[in-house]
Parts: sequence; C-alpha cells; structure tokens
Amino acid sequence: MSSKKFLSLQKIQICLNGKWLPADENMNVAAWLLSQETLQTRLSVTGMPRFAVCGMGVCQECRISINGQAHQLACQTKCQPGMVIETGEIR
Amino acid sequence: MRVVDPTCEMISASLLIIGAGPAGLAAALAASGSTKNIVLLDENSEAGGQIWRRNVEQINPKAWQIVSQLVAQSSVQLLFGARVVAVINKKCLLIETPDGTQQLHWEKLILCNGARELLLPFPGWTLPGVTGAGGLQALIKSGANLQGMRVVIAGSGPLLLAVAASVIKAHGKLLMIAEQRSAIDLLRFSIKIFFAHRQKFWQALFLLWAIKPWRYRHSTTISAAHGDQQLKSVTITQAGKNEQIACDLLACGFGLRANLELAELLQCQIKSGVVVVDENQRTSREDVWAAGEVTSIGGVEKALLEGRIAGHSAVSKKFGKNDIVEQRHASLFSALLQTTFLPDPVLRKLCKPDTLVCRCEDVTAQELEKFSDWRTAKLMTRVGMGACQGKLCGGACEFLYGWDIPAARQPVFPAKAASLALLADIQCEPLDDRKNN
Repeated sequence: MSSKKFLSLQKIQICLNGKWLPADENMNVAAWLLSQETLQTRLSVTGMPRFAVCGMGVCQECRISINGQAHQLACQTKCQPGMVIETGEIR
Repeated sequence: MRVVDPTCEMISASLLIIGAGPAGLAAALAASGSTKNIVLLDENSEAGGQIWRRNVEQINPKAWQIVSQLVAQSSVQLLFGARVVAVINKKCLLIETPDGTQQLHWEKLILCNGARELLLPFPGWTLPGVTGAGGLQALIKSGANLQGMRVVIAGSGPLLLAVAASVIKAHGKLLMIAEQRSAIDLLRFSIKIFFAHRQKFWQALFLLWAIKPWRYRHSTTISAAHGDQQLKSVTITQAGKNEQIACDLLACGFGLRANLELAELLQCQIKSGVVVVDENQRTSREDVWAAGEVTSIGGVEKALLEGRIAGHSAVSKKFGKNDIVEQRHASLFSALLQTTFLPDPVLRKLCKPDTLVCRCEDVTAQELEKFSDWRTAKLMTRVGMGACQGKLCGGACEFLYGWDIPAARQPVFPAKAASLALLADIQCEPLDDRKNN
C-alpha cells in the first residue's frame, strides 16, 4: 500500500464552493475534503460547522450538496469530473 | 393485501448475504458451487467492508484471494451500492440502489452487517477534525492524505494501534495514542494473548513497534477538544494532570458496537448487544445465519472463519472439525477483548452539562439528564430523531444514562421519497408470530 499507488488515479477537476480544484477520480469525497484540509461539510441545526466522523455512512455529519442535490453523504460518494460541491449550508 | 409497484423490479435470491466484508465474502465463497443464485449485497460500491475498503488487491492479499475466486463463480451476483431500508415481510426486503427502490426476495439469509464505533461525548467532540478512530481509518483507506497534519488518537482498545499505523502510512504526524486503560490492565491483556492468542500478540507488538512505543500512553484519557471553527488542540489527562496538545485531527474510539438494526427487524434473538448464534452460526430464525462482528466483536480472522461456517451451513455443506476448534478459539479472544476494553464507567464523567450528546439535533446533556427514559427524552428534546436516527446518540445515552434503546423503526436509514411511497403501498406483514396466536 505505497503512497504511489494511492496517487495513480486519473486527475480531474472538482468545484468546491465555487473554486475548481484538482482531485483524483473515484476518490472518496470525504477523504478528498480531508486531504484538502477543508474540514467542513454541513452546518448543525444551531449553526455549528461539522465534518465527517464515522466515515462509513452512519453518523450523517458529512452531508453536503453535490450537483445541486442536498443531503448527499460525502463519505459514500466518489469524486467525478465536473462535480459541483457545496458545503456548510445543510442543517 | 399488498400492492406491488409494477415499475419496481423484483430481485430474488436463494441465498442472500448482507455485507461484503470478510465474513460476507467468506460466506459467499463457501456457499458458491452448492447453490445457484447467491446475492451478495453491500452498501459500498466495492467489496471488502470497513476493514479492507477500496481496491482490495492493493490493500490485502487475503482479501484479493477471496475476491478473485469469487469472480470466477457464476452463482454469485454482486449487488453493490445497495442499502436495506426496510423489512417488508418474512422473506422480503426493501432495498435502495442508485437505480431506485427494489424488493428483494430471499430463501436463506446470512447477516454480515459488521459493527460501528461507540462514540462518547466529551467537550468539543463535535468540532470538525474530531473523528471516530475507525472513522479516520476509513477515510485514510479511502485515499485521504494526511501530509502535514498532526494527529492525536484517544480511547481504548487494540483498534487504536491499527489506526495509528494507518495515520503514519498516510503521511500524518502521529503525536500520541492516549489509551484509557491502565498499565496493569494492558499487561494482563498482553500476558493472556501471549499464551492463548500468540499471533495476535505478535501483531500488536509489531504495530506498537511501527508507531514507536513512546507515543503510546496508558491511563490517559481525552478530556476536551478545543477550537473555534475546527479543532486546534486537545486536553488529555493522565494521573490527574492535564496537558494541552496542539493538533489538527483527533481520532477517538471507545470500542465497537454490532450493527443490529436488521437482525432486530428480522426478529433474530439478540443478547448483550450481539446476535445470538449456534455452532453453525444460525440465529434463532431457522432461515437466517449471522457471521462476523454482529455475533461479537473479534476482528477479521473470526469474521472469515464464521463467514465460512455460515456459508457452508446455509447450503448444508459440512465443515471441518478444525473450523469448530478455531471458532471456539476465536470466540475466546472476542470475550477477552470484551472484558478488557469494556467502556470504563469513569468515561461518563467526560460528558459535561453543556456537552452535546445528540449531534443531529444539538441536544445537550443537561437537557437529557432530566428524563428517565429514551422515549420521553426523545419526545421532549428530539434526541435521536435526526438524520442518524439515534445510531450515534443511542449508544451514548445507553452508556451515559443506562437507558434501554428500543429497536430502530423502519426505514432504518434516511430513505428516498420513492422508497417511502413504496413502503406505504405495501402493507408490511408482522413478523412476530406471537401476535397472530
């Protein structure tokens, strides 16, 4: 499991909160956000920022908007070319 | 009695295996060849479960060996990216796939649902950057690069060591592992596994060496996480002394809990937080088997073994005597883990009055303390009524207040409107025969 193998994926562009950034195709979105040091997904019901906790689709903290669809789990989604991600609004 | 949506495709399986982790893969392989039409279902888009995640051939040779053998079997169909949301009747489940909602009929079923982490509340645990220990490992196995990030790992149990090794592999800067158990407890555990489970002992020692032993601290508890918009530092406590450490990530793990939702809905007997099985891995229901972490937390070897036994048993194939001996051995290790790393009641004190217990609905401990049971608390505060449906706070409340957390209601996961509509159309039959008598 060398780091080289991790990076051998196709490079694509993803739009994160209006900014286009490079990503590896098929990489997990939550893992990509963490690698970008963007540790924010949703805002809680009282407005607190949150980020992925369980990484396996249980805690629901990593909800983001993907291509205009709200409540998508970042940890259960893969990076796709042209994907538009918005964080921080879902409560 | 029931209205079947004509647009809803129906899938049928003579043997349905839920969960494609080690247990599910081993079960599928054991059963293949003896029965046609095996369906292996998993909510993830690839096989491996939480432990082997992602491209299994890169992660683990053992995993790859099973998967490559399975690929050659025409009797096994893979149904990935599918999540079970409800039980329609005794032999039918409602599943959600990326293509829509479907009904899945089965003759025999093997539950390999695995486990999730027990997350306990402490001040600051909701800050971005605080994750579950297994959670951080899952993100790393999904490809996260932690270059330049400082990581503290806290909690209890051998999982912490494995997570630490993952952090180093992902180029993270591991600062410390804070193990809550005392040196005496750990020594006792080490001696026991040295004599009874030698392989595990060497595994643990190898991991400890890889992460550098001086980073591992016993009798050390996480007491708070600090930061404004995200984690900036943590406070750890050792022998009454507090120490603040600046870090970017905190991974906390206080043990695993079996995923019981489906077993509960299928009316399989559950005792002490796990599915009850006999020596054939059969549950209290004749047509349902269970294997892996759902039957007790014991790791990958136990899951592989139990999966193999369940797979053989479900297709009435005999399994070797050796398997039975190994099965007993594996359950002894599981019991040892359980007794050594049971969450310490002292950890209840970590949760302060203003600490959030329910992350979905932002409910604090002081709001909950007033109530004597889960149901009342739920009605009054909305605890457990958010998106996770009590999967996180349920475990926390059970530990903090000793509340009995009743079985989950359908749908067991947030479902699409189409699934809800279908579920409303189909009159779900009661599974409990006692109601009919």
